[in-house]
Amino acid sequence: MISLGVDIGSATSKSVLLGDGKTIQAEAVVPCGTGTSGKERVVAEVFEKAGVSWHDIAFTVATGYGRSSVHDANEQISEITCHAKGVAFVWPTARTVVDIGGQDVKAIALLNDRGEIRNFIMNDKCAAGTGRFLENISRALDIGIDKMAEHYFRSTHPAHVSSTCAVFAESEVISLLSDGTPLDDVIAGVHESIAIRACALARHVGLVDDIVMCGGAALDGGVVDAISKNLGRKVAVAPNPQLTGALGAAVLAYERAKRNEVAK
Amino acid sequence: MSEINIEQAAAKELLAHFQQKLDEEAREHKKNGQLVCWSASVAPPEMCVTMDIAMVYPETHAAGIAARKGSPDMLDVAAQKGYSIDNCSYARTNFGYLELLKEYAKTGVKPEKLAKSPGADVPLPDLVITCNNICNTLLKWYENIAADLRIPCIIIDVPFNHDMPIPDYAKRYIVKQFEHAIAQLEGITGKKFDYDKFLEVQKQTQRSVAQWKRIASFLKYRPSPLNGFDFFNYMALIVCARSRDYAEITFRKFADELEQREKTGAYAFGVNEKSRVTWEGIAVWPYLSHTFKTLKNDGSLMTGSAYPGMWNLEYTPGDLMSMAEAYTRIYINTCLENRAAVLSSVAENGLCDGILLHMNRTCKNMTFLNYATAEAVQKKLGIPYVAFDGDTTDPGNFAPAQFDTRVEALCEMMTNKK
Repeated sequence: MISLGVDIGSATSKSVLLGDGKTIQAEAVVPCGTGTSGKERVVAEVFEKAGVSWHDIAFTVATGYGRSSVHDANEQISEITCHAKGVAFVWPTARTVVDIGGQDVKAIALLNDRGEIRNFIMNDKCAAGTGRFLENISRALDIGIDKMAEHYFRSTHPAHVSSTCAVFAESEVISLLSDGTPLDDVIAGVHESIAIRACALARHVGLVDDIVMCGGAALDGGVVDAISKNLGRKVAVAPNPQLTGALGAAVLAYERAKRNEVAK
Repeated sequence: MSEINIEQAAAKELLAHFQQKLDEEAREHKKNGQLVCWSASVAPPEMCVTMDIAMVYPETHAAGIAARKGSPDMLDVAAQKGYSIDNCSYARTNFGYLELLKEYAKTGVKPEKLAKSPGADVPLPDLVITCNNICNTLLKWYENIAADLRIPCIIIDVPFNHDMPIPDYAKRYIVKQFEHAIAQLEGITGKKFDYDKFLEVQKQTQRSVAQWKRIASFLKYRPSPLNGFDFFNYMALIVCARSRDYAEITFRKFADELEQREKTGAYAFGVNEKSRVTWEGIAVWPYLSHTFKTLKNDGSLMTGSAYPGMWNLEYTPGDLMSMAEAYTRIYINTCLENRAAVLSSVAENGLCDGILLHMNRTCKNMTFLNYATAEAVQKKLGIPYVAFDGDTTDPGNFAPAQFDTRVEALCEMMTNKK
């Protein structure tokens, strides 16, 4: 039985094909999110990789901000539930999930290895601390997003980025550079400001090991390190952290399909 | 204004009728040279009503404008006047409306934004009455109006209750405020205060409150015949007319209708009632329909809210100490422990499976303790909670997609728990 999970986020679209609820058959990430052609492209890509079509799919769950635009999905489920399920699938001992996506930062407390949620909290209506903030800064500094971590780890005296607003923080970063603060320290300061936001949320739901990060920002080792240092705890990164939402959706799709089989 | 048959009219018709009647009375008062008072929503109206003063409630008025999508115009006028967006948006909507009313009064030409405002047409005040039992912004808001229009300002200053029960010295202090307000009113009106009539007004207020509480009692049924969002609609009369029989008549009819619905199985959601939530905080008026429909799409019925309970102002008529206590024990004027106890009781009575916290950009007093309160309730009842960002009247502070995500996640958690 093949199930499909599709996660249409604000910045990227992701999909996972799962065989019998156990094996990842194909996965895809397309760098455009809700309101774009991302949802069609990301599904076409996994279908092509696995050599399957819609006829082969037993059940599809869509998640993310663009979930309601995936008309072929059998069900839409929130990304909180999907991320919890996805992380539990790849990291069964996870009890605290920190997810930093394009426009959301979430901390989720898990009850068990089935990904049931005890509590969760998300950032308020503000982009500070989100993946989009990191992207904006990398663009403003003309440094590839994949190079940000290198600068972070080279820093010896991280700068203090105090603005609590993503737009003002961008101006602050420019000012710091104008004042002669080394680039590495400025970038490390940006990472730490993201960590401060995420850690406040994580502490709010209660820190229980294992703490696992997912979402696009988890691809930046600097963010993970800054969060780990801020919490004073070991923070793991879920394998393919960008895909945990789509993976969770695929797992839930499998569970729904099985439930329907039993009902028949 | 068209007349209706009070006996035969449905509660919904009575609600619309009496709201219009109150506005009409205010306009008539103004036309006839009688006094009109603008009042904070939980300030005691009993003294003014005894003095035959017509009451207008800016918070309810602002909510009405916002629910009909008219608040951006008023907020814009207030912004141009210089009011910061950090101020309460109820106040800013009211300040915008006030500016337009003033301009109209000065020029005789109705400003375009006033002409197209969907809000009720209410007159400028001759006096204001405010009370800080729900927030301290209300003091400066009404002082501002009074200073601007050079009219009297009656303030009922109520201490915050850091501990419960409420001490007698606090009640005595509030009684002195009532007495001072009565003296002020005697000075403003040039009439002696009629204490016999005051007693009757207090008794009327208690009859209105009793029917208001009767409506809430239907939230305990599963499935529920009452949709909690109806509470938000009917609130207009517990705020604006609790010391008149308009509120009592309407609420009695509504409670009778609910009784009938319960008997005949005409439930709000019926078999589609998958879960029940407590809504903590004021409604997001510009998105009332969206917030309701999002919950409804997930089969979640709102059967608890501490907010409408702020007008459960029970006291013994003729006893000013008792009335003082009623006007100070408003749950947001009390310590965290009491707030948590009130919210727990609301969630328990409504058989709620979760709590939705409105982190209200406008109302700091109804926001800052939300997490701590919800955590205490979670500890006691074991139900999940979720917070969302919003605002009572400024639509810019609410994002539908973010609300939907949080509600869906809460509903999934509540369903999984079952």
